[in-house]
Amino acid sequence: MGILVAVLSGFVLAFIAPWLTRWLGDRVGWVIALLPLSITVYLLTYIPDLADGGSVHYSFAWIPALDVDLSFHVDGLGLIFALLISGIGTLIMLYGGGYLHGHHHLGRFYLFILMFMASMLGVVLADNLITFFIFFELTSLTSYLLIGFSHNAEDSRYSARQALLVTGIGGQMLLVGLILMALVGGGWEFSVLTEQADVIQDHALYLPMLILILGGAFTKSAQVPFHFWLPGAMAAPTPVSAYLHSATMVKAGVYLMARVNPTLGGTDIWQFVLIIFGAATMFLGAYLAVQRTDLKQLLAYTTVSSLGTLTLLIGIGTEIALKAAMVFLVVHSLYKGALFMVAGTIDHETGTRDVRILGGLRKLMPLTAVGAGVAALSMAGIPPLFGFIGKELVYEAALDLDTFAIALAVVAVASNVLMVVVAGITGFQPFLGEEKETPKHAHEGPPSLYLGPLVLGVLSLGIGAIPALVDTRLIEPAVGAVAGEPVDVTLYIWHGVNAMLIMSIITVALGAVLYVGRDQVRWATNQTWSLGRIGSEAVYAWLLALLDWVSKTQTKIIQNGYLRFYYLTIVVVLIISALYPLSVYGDIRLAGDLNDVRFYEWGVVVIVILGALMAVRAQSRLAAVAALGTVGYGIATIYILYGAPDLAMTQILVETLTVILFVLVLYRLPQFATLSKKASRVRDAIIAGTGGLLMTVLVLVASNERFYESISQFHAEESYPSAYGRNVVNVILVDFRAIDTFGEIIVLAVAGIGVYALLRLRLWEDRSDQ
Amino acid sequence: METLMAVLVGVLFASGIYLMLRRSIVKLAIGLVLLSQAANLTLFTAAGLTRGSPPLVPEGGDMPPVPFADPLPQALVLTAIVIGFGVLAFTLVLVKRVYQTVGTDDMDEMRSTDGFKD
Amino acid sequence: MKSLILQTATRSLVAVLLLFSIFLLLRGHDEPGGGFIGGLVGAAAFALYAIAFDVPSTRRMLGIRPQMMIAIGLAMAGGAGVISLLAGEPYFGHLWYHTDLPGFGEIHLGTFLLFDIGVFLVVIGVTLLVILTLQEE
Repeated sequence: MGILVAVLSGFVLAFIAPWLTRWLGDRVGWVIALLPLSITVYLLTYIPDLADGGSVHYSFAWIPALDVDLSFHVDGLGLIFALLISGIGTLIMLYGGGYLHGHHHLGRFYLFILMFMASMLGVVLADNLITFFIFFELTSLTSYLLIGFSHNAEDSRYSARQALLVTGIGGQMLLVGLILMALVGGGWEFSVLTEQADVIQDHALYLPMLILILGGAFTKSAQVPFHFWLPGAMAAPTPVSAYLHSATMVKAGVYLMARVNPTLGGTDIWQFVLIIFGAATMFLGAYLAVQRTDLKQLLAYTTVSSLGTLTLLIGIGTEIALKAAMVFLVVHSLYKGALFMVAGTIDHETGTRDVRILGGLRKLMPLTAVGAGVAALSMAGIPPLFGFIGKELVYEAALDLDTFAIALAVVAVASNVLMVVVAGITGFQPFLGEEKETPKHAHEGPPSLYLGPLVLGVLSLGIGAIPALVDTRLIEPAVGAVAGEPVDVTLYIWHGVNAMLIMSIITVALGAVLYVGRDQVRWATNQTWSLGRIGSEAVYAWLLALLDWVSKTQTKIIQNGYLRFYYLTIVVVLIISALYPLSVYGDIRLAGDLNDVRFYEWGVVVIVILGALMAVRAQSRLAAVAALGTVGYGIATIYILYGAPDLAMTQILVETLTVILFVLVLYRLPQFATLSKKASRVRDAIIAGTGGLLMTVLVLVASNERFYESISQFHAEESYPSAYGRNVVNVILVDFRAIDTFGEIIVLAVAGIGVYALLRLRLWEDRSDQ
Repeated sequence: METLMAVLVGVLFASGIYLMLRRSIVKLAIGLVLLSQAANLTLFTAAGLTRGSPPLVPEGGDMPPVPFADPLPQALVLTAIVIGFGVLAFTLVLVKRVYQTVGTDDMDEMRSTDGFKD
Repeated sequence: MKSLILQTATRSLVAVLLLFSIFLLLRGHDEPGGGFIGGLVGAAAFALYAIAFDVPSTRRMLGIRPQMMIAIGLAMAGGAGVISLLAGEPYFGHLWYHTDLPGFGEIHLGTFLLFDIGVFLVVIGVTLLVILTLQEE
């Protein structure tokens, strides 16, 4: 039960948050942060349960008819993610209040970000595939709302839509992939499917399933070539970038790959795809990062690079690689979250994020500078920070590969060299050197702004110095869950002198050199082709323009303003689509039988037909209304003749009221006029005639054919015994099919309110220009 | 009798469609009435017709005496008649309001209210 | 259209029509009638009154705004199902109360009646909303 509360309480608080904000003002962050804080504490109590590779399962029936349970599964993998989400969430909730203080949409910010937090917790703790998918999509949706938070800026809206489209398309692929996996594996829970790995991997649908699921993971985690939406998402307020687009949401794709690793992983194709895409993303992200001068863009591209690293590690899939993945996951979240918050604070205090005009802030913002420095050292992989352990493990994993180990190691070192450069640019450069003129005069922000980077810095340092704090408690169960079998994890800060250490030293040394020449590096990389402009983003823009063009062109053709044209289209399509099955399947007995018709029935039918023709030919409004009356009362007579007194009464009453209606409206309207040309009248007559003929045939076929036993027998038999009513029609209306009737009176009410609104609400009179 | 009713339904549909294709907006409303009458009759006929015995359970009995008219299409048509009235009321008022606002009853002159503009 | 004959006839007719509409509503479960038909007769009665006299006096006689009738009707019809829900039955699985009334025989009362009265009110409400508003134009 507790886990359900932990996931859903975020949604509840989300909807209270706007009121809380109105009541408490900027201090609301300190109150809201209590929720993620208590979730973090609650989650920590799971550590003993998971010690020996155990897991805890909770299930709540949600849609039992569809086999969809709200089931949660706390294992090492889920726990480590959940702790990052709630832990960093706590700091972000605080930070958001300081960063957006005085913003008149602060309440909305908390609404969205709390909903996001709850959805993200749902993603990493869900066991049922459908539950997982719904939370997964909710994170895309809340991310869309948060990127477009400054909805009056066009680039915000563009970026938000871009992120939603890319992750949304991936989400659709994922849904199909998950359903395939469930059908092949015969279960809707991750924990069940893990045991069906052999069945799934040998199945013919394995490849399509894999492509679809990876489509969802790659788009969400911004792997090349879908990476471009992530830097675009930097249009969001910085707390959002720090939380969603570095520490948590973008890792949902990585989480997904780790989660399905025991089920789908380990095959050649899995390894091949993940290593290729991961390595490409790792290098490209770092390479594109050093081209940038905007703090947030720098960090965004290095996030892309880190996500590539994680994909790569899961792809390699050996015990060391998975260990590296889980360690690097934590390392990255700690330093990247801190650096993003620092970037936001700098932006907030100085009014700029351009690294070229930042410098010397250490005296003005000492505490922020400390947080930034520690985070940057961890990013650069300097001992004794946690980042050092992470990088060593990444190198070890690369060398662990059977083939191409050297090539991969070179790519890894190259990427990490660039990461060192970016770490220097983002963590040190703004604080070192001479003080520079900035748009605003900077000073240290409030505690809510510097607390986050400081806490994360302390964690990076503490875990790095004493890795025993987390290795067996958190990392080991997580690696075990990804590997699908228990593993032993002990982390050391000092491995002795080996290949990894030498690679580390090379990395830092090269990185330091390039940092000194960072302006030249930026210049040089900018001379090479820029993937942002000619790569997949251009394809995205082109596809979007194509979609625009197609919809505009077809709308021009279809929605041309002639009601007759719309109506004609409907009628003609109906005729064609009904004629085809009739001619193929219908046993049309057109030779009808008129012998049983009694003379008074002939009379009634002829009168109705004459009435209809009179309505068509009528030259005056009065004649038309009279003709309609003839038709209506004639049909009422037919209802009487064929055992439907209720219908006859209804028909007669409605007929009477209709006359009143016409009298009230029609005399305010102009006389009939013959407006159309003779040719179009002939054309319409032919089409109308064909439509009428088709309906005649349909009725003949329908009254001759009976595919199923009528359910009326049931209604007639049960009417009195179980509904105590002798009028079967009324019993059907108020009892057997009461929900239908309820819907129908709602329709009636809507029509009535519509009439009232049309007559009484004179909205158009306000717009005098029309 | 179903054959004759089928012909009647056809005539009603043809008249309704023809009127709705006219340019005069008032004729459109009249066509709509004919069309809903036609649709009701279609439902009523398609289930098969039974002369003169409404689906009422007699005093002391448990079921209507066989043969009885099919009650289900009757229930469907009954609500359809009333909803048809509601829709007609809405249409007529809309027609009236359109005429007042646009100043014409010729649908072709109302193109600008719906046509796609670049 | 102020005709003395019409007005005199209407005065007595309206009372009869309204009684008839309630009669139709209540007998609907056993004989032809019911909420839809009863509602239409009731609406016709008021519409007749509005034609013979005028809209303000019709509204006075009605004593309640048609919009309110629609709202109450929908609430009653929907609420009939909620009562069943509270009693552990499916939505609109009607509840029954059976009793013997001297002179009438066995009487079956049920939440269906609440539903049908709701239908009745919605039908009167919508029809009058349309007709009275149009007449006021």
